[in-house]
Amino acid sequence: MAGRLKATKKMKSIMKWYYVEAKYARYLGKKVAWITSGGPVEPLIAMNIIPVYPENHGAMIGASKMGGKMSEFAEGLGYSSDVCSYTKNDITSSITKESPIKGGLPEPDMLICSNNICGTVLKWYEIQARKFNVPLFIYDTPFVHTEFTEEARAYVNAQTEEYIKFLEKHTGKKFNYKKMKRVGKLSLEAMRLWKKVLETAEHKPSPMTAFDAFFHLALIVTLRGKKVVVKYYRQLLKELEERNKNNIGAVDNEQYRLLWDNLPIWFRMRWLSEKFASHGAALVADTYTQAWCGVIDYVNEEDFLSTMGEAYTRIHLNVGVDQMADTIKKFIRQYDVDGLVMHSNRSCKPYSFGQYDIQNLLQDEDIPVLMIEADMTDERKFSESQAEARIDAFMEVIKQRKREKK
Amino acid sequence: MQKEKIINRFREVARAPYPYLQKLKKKTGKALIGSTCAFTPEEFILAAGAHPFRIFGESESLSGADAHIQAYGCSMVRGMLEDGLSGKLEFLDGVVFPHACDSIQRLSDIWRLNIKSLHFDVLLPVKLDSPLAKSYFTDVLKRFRKDLEKALEVEITEEALKEAVALMNNLRRRLIRLYGLQSERPGILSGSDLSAVVKAAMVMEKQETVTLLDDLLEALENEPFSQRPPKRILISGSICSHPDIYQMIEGKGAVVVWDDLCSGSRYFEGLAAEDKEPVEAVTGRFTERYVCPAKHLGVKFQMENLKKLVKEHKIDGILFMLLKFCEPFSFDYPDIKTGLEQMEIPFLLVEMDRHNEVDEQMRTRIDTMLEIL
Ligand code: SF4
Ligand code: SF4
Repeated sequence: MAGRLKATKKMKSIMKWYYVEAKYARYLGKKVAWITSGGPVEPLIAMNIIPVYPENHGAMIGASKMGGKMSEFAEGLGYSSDVCSYTKNDITSSITKESPIKGGLPEPDMLICSNNICGTVLKWYEIQARKFNVPLFIYDTPFVHTEFTEEARAYVNAQTEEYIKFLEKHTGKKFNYKKMKRVGKLSLEAMRLWKKVLETAEHKPSPMTAFDAFFHLALIVTLRGKKVVVKYYRQLLKELEERNKNNIGAVDNEQYRLLWDNLPIWFRMRWLSEKFASHGAALVADTYTQAWCGVIDYVNEEDFLSTMGEAYTRIHLNVGVDQMADTIKKFIRQYDVDGLVMHSNRSCKPYSFGQYDIQNLLQDEDIPVLMIEADMTDERKFSESQAEARIDAFMEVIKQRKREKK
Repeated sequence: MQKEKIINRFREVARAPYPYLQKLKKKTGKALIGSTCAFTPEEFILAAGAHPFRIFGESESLSGADAHIQAYGCSMVRGMLEDGLSGKLEFLDGVVFPHACDSIQRLSDIWRLNIKSLHFDVLLPVKLDSPLAKSYFTDVLKRFRKDLEKALEVEITEEALKEAVALMNNLRRRLIRLYGLQSERPGILSGSDLSAVVKAAMVMEKQETVTLLDDLLEALENEPFSQRPPKRILISGSICSHPDIYQMIEGKGAVVVWDDLCSGSRYFEGLAAEDKEPVEAVTGRFTERYVCPAKHLGVKFQMENLKKLVKEHKIDGILFMLLKFCEPFSFDYPDIKTGLEQMEIPFLLVEMDRHNEVDEQMRTRIDTMLEIL
């Protein structure tokens, strides 16, 4: 058994201190901005504004198995039972203060919303802008069905300037372009390291699983642009490379390698990981955590701001289904996987609609696909017995195929 | 033409839009361009010599769509896809996908991958309340114009565009007047007929519609009207094409006097400025007229707009008709609900599938609300 990654402890402590700092931001003379997970955070870091991620909080709520209850509370207020549970968790927690973090998230001084992940966040942030009565900035990223157009480029670039003016206005301070340069470089470095971390899973056996990736993702989401992230991922990378050198796999006796699509099912992480491991299967990669290093090629290292718009517009969730399928194809080869597990996530329509077509586009890959119906935090939408039966059947197919191939 | 005859014409097209379109195509040879959302700039399609129409999703069964979009997609998106996949829309030359909600966005991808037709993504901004977004909006329209020219091998002249702007305005003015009449003399048309007229107007040849509407308006304006003032209802939501609902409301002595539906007033609200350069004029209409919940025009816009409508049309009660699984509309509801409770206006939320029958439970709930009025 590989046991736990040592870095895990470090990460927990970094996250703890991050939330403590955010909580006492006011006393430290700092402002707090709530921001969407795909939002352009670097300018906030350059301005010493503390970014807080309701989606990360939503994930924590899910992992603590509080999601179903909290969604239900929001439904009592009139929110539909069929909409994104991250949103409902956040709405509930900001009223009841229920949270895995004591007292819930610190209240925002401003809201930064980028619709590069979905249109849901637009509605979500409008609701919270009304509730907290704070300014809202929308970083509007036109969808890239087939092409990133020139006018879209001009539009997002102009919004980068608009964004900076917004921050200057609401902090009363001049934007620090010099610091921004450093932050941009650090952010890019963190993305590169994160990519390397994920790529250690190319090794057989894989030193980590997607479940590890889901966990270690928190820093690249919340604090990219800060030194501590770079330092942390260096350490993690070293540990994983060490494992590879010694051929230590995250899953004992890894025989099958799988790829995961969509958000995690936060409230069943342990169960799923053990379930797959019991078949000798490791989920070695996923499309979700890769999103935070998928746009490296678009970033200009020397001048982050000049390409920030493009990088944030061309992320995995903001492109056409065929491009998503291409990414999956690439991972299938890169990680040499035997099967694909798709989480059909009732909460997340932009991620889930199109999954059937991705399957069609993968026909030439000749790879078994399993679809699990669930939700990332709402356990009411998940049937363990059904999932179990389907996983078992799916693994049978994979095993059989591997036997035949031999 | 007689009133009854005109209304019958509208009813017929609303009930069976596709046979109408097939005939139109045969008669005129025009390219037929379907649209998936009220944010379609129809002026450009008209100026390209083609005919724009709204795809409603007429299919009852969704077996084809099931293989592409999960059951938690709204019935509008699934219905449209079903029509495309099942061959019901075989006569269609192309489809326009304006950026609207997440579901329509994915519908565009799925359509492009599975259905052979000309494909136009119109990548509109979501925030409409900034000068930047307006200039981007204009750029997007310019691209759409070029895309249409290329795909249909035509030139869209300034002249034609101006004419199209004027034609669409003419159509809108008449629909606005028709709704206005219903608000002034509630019940002058039954709710289901009014809804059929707008639906048909989204399908029919525009000039033909204008002429028919002129006749209808004339007939209605001259009709004597003496009815006890009924209770005045507003329907709010995305789409409502259930004739039963209107009948139920009317059966209780109430009348739908206004709506803010995509299948209703959202289609014709706001005119494009005819004294402006036409692309600017269309941009202006879309960014300044009242807006859909998938777009951003400030954080309080939807509530304010509803309040305005309530006042303007002396509304006694509101019926929210939301499609199940629809995110943009349903997220606005709770805060609006709180606002309405403070204003002490009775309202009721009905969440449904477009293909569902109006069941007993829903009937009782609607009845109960109407009785409170
Ligand atoms: S889970 Fe999906 S719908 Fe919800 S906030 Fe994230 S990207 Fe948007
Ligand atoms: S009803 Fe809602 S989810 Fe469906 S297409 Fe319209 S806005 Fe999108």
